[in-house]
Amino acid sequence: MSTEPAIDKQTAAMKRFILWVPLAIAAIFFGFFAYALYFGNSSPQQRAIESQLVGEPMPEFSLEPSLPGRPGLNSADLATGEPRLLNFFASWCVPCIAEAPQLMQLREAGVPIDAIAVRDRPEDVYAFLQRWGDPYQRIGADVQSEAQLALGSSGVPETFIVDGDGVIVHQHIGDIRPEHVPEILAALENAQ
Amino acid sequence: MMRRLAIFLLIVAVSGPLHAQSRMPESEWANRQLPDATQEAEAKELMESLRCLVCQGQSIADSDAEMAMDMRALVRRRIAAGEEPDDIRNWLVDRYGRWITYDPPIDSVTWPLWLLPILLLGAGIWLARGRFRRRGKEN
Repeated sequence: MSTEPAIDKQTAAMKRFILWVPLAIAAIFFGFFAYALYFGNSSPQQRAIESQLVGEPMPEFSLEPSLPGRPGLNSADLATGEPRLLNFFASWCVPCIAEAPQLMQLREAGVPIDAIAVRDRPEDVYAFLQRWGDPYQRIGADVQSEAQLALGSSGVPETFIVDGDGVIVHQHIGDIRPEHVPEILAALENAQ
Repeated sequence: MMRRLAIFLLIVAVSGPLHAQSRMPESEWANRQLPDATQEAEAKELMESLRCLVCQGQSIADSDAEMAMDMRALVRRRIAAGEEPDDIRNWLVDRYGRWITYDPPIDSVTWPLWLLPILLLGAGIWLARGRFRRRGKEN
C-alpha cells in the first residue's frame, strides 16, 4: 500500500483498534438490555402510560348520562372555579371496588367528584353504586371509550384532578389506596 | 360420555374471549371493515402501527382487548370522516406520548434510530472495501 513503514505501522494499529469495535458495540447493546431488564422502572410486560395532557386544559368531550336522573358530563362541567376529581370507573372493574371506600372518604371530606363510566350499562352502574357507595355528582357514559382516549387514559380506574379553570393538574393511575388519599388531598390543595 | 362432551361444548360456546371484560357490545367499527377499500387500507396500515394500551407489545390491529377494539373503531370512524392517518396518529401521540406509535417520528430523541443504521452500513462498506482491495493486491 505504501512504501513508508511508519504508515504501515499506523494502519496496523488502526486495524487492531477496528477489531474491537464490534465487541464494543455488542457490549453497549447488551448493557442496554441488562439495564432495562434489571434496573428499568417497570416490567417490560406492563407499564403505566401517563397522559400527556397533565398541565393542559381538559379536551372537549360530551357524554350522555350514565344513570337516569343523574346529569351526564361535558368537559365544560369540570371548570367550576374549584378543583375537583374526575374518576374513570366501571362496574366490571375489580380495583374500582378496592378504591370505592377512599372515594367515599374524599367525598365526605368535601371533595366534588365526577365520574366517567367506561363501557358500562346503566343497570350495572346502578348496582355497583348501590353496593359499593356512590360518591359521584355527575356520571357520563363512555360507551366506546371515546372520552377515555381523548384524555389519554389507558384503563380503569384512573383519577384526574382538574383545577377551577378546567386544567388537568394531576393523574392518578390505578386504584386510590388509603395511603394515596393524603397526596390526592395535597394535589387538590395545590390546585386551589 | 356424550353428555359430558355436550356440557363441555356448551361451556366453550358460552364463555367469551378472555379480554372481553365489560358486558357492552363491541363498537360498531371495531371488527367491521369500511365499505371504501382505499379507506380501509389506510385504516389498516395505521392500526398496525399503533400500540395497544392493554396488551402492550401488540398492535391494535392484532389485539382483542376492548380498548384496542375501541381504538380501531376510532381510527375507522375518523378515516371515514376524511381525516388523514398522520393527523390521527398525532392526535394519539399528543395524548399518550410517542409510546403509542410503532412508527416514531424523527426528533431530538429518536434521530439515532434512523441515522445509526445508515452510519453502521457505511462503516461496514468501508471495512469491506479495505479488505477487498487488499485481497486484490495479494492476488
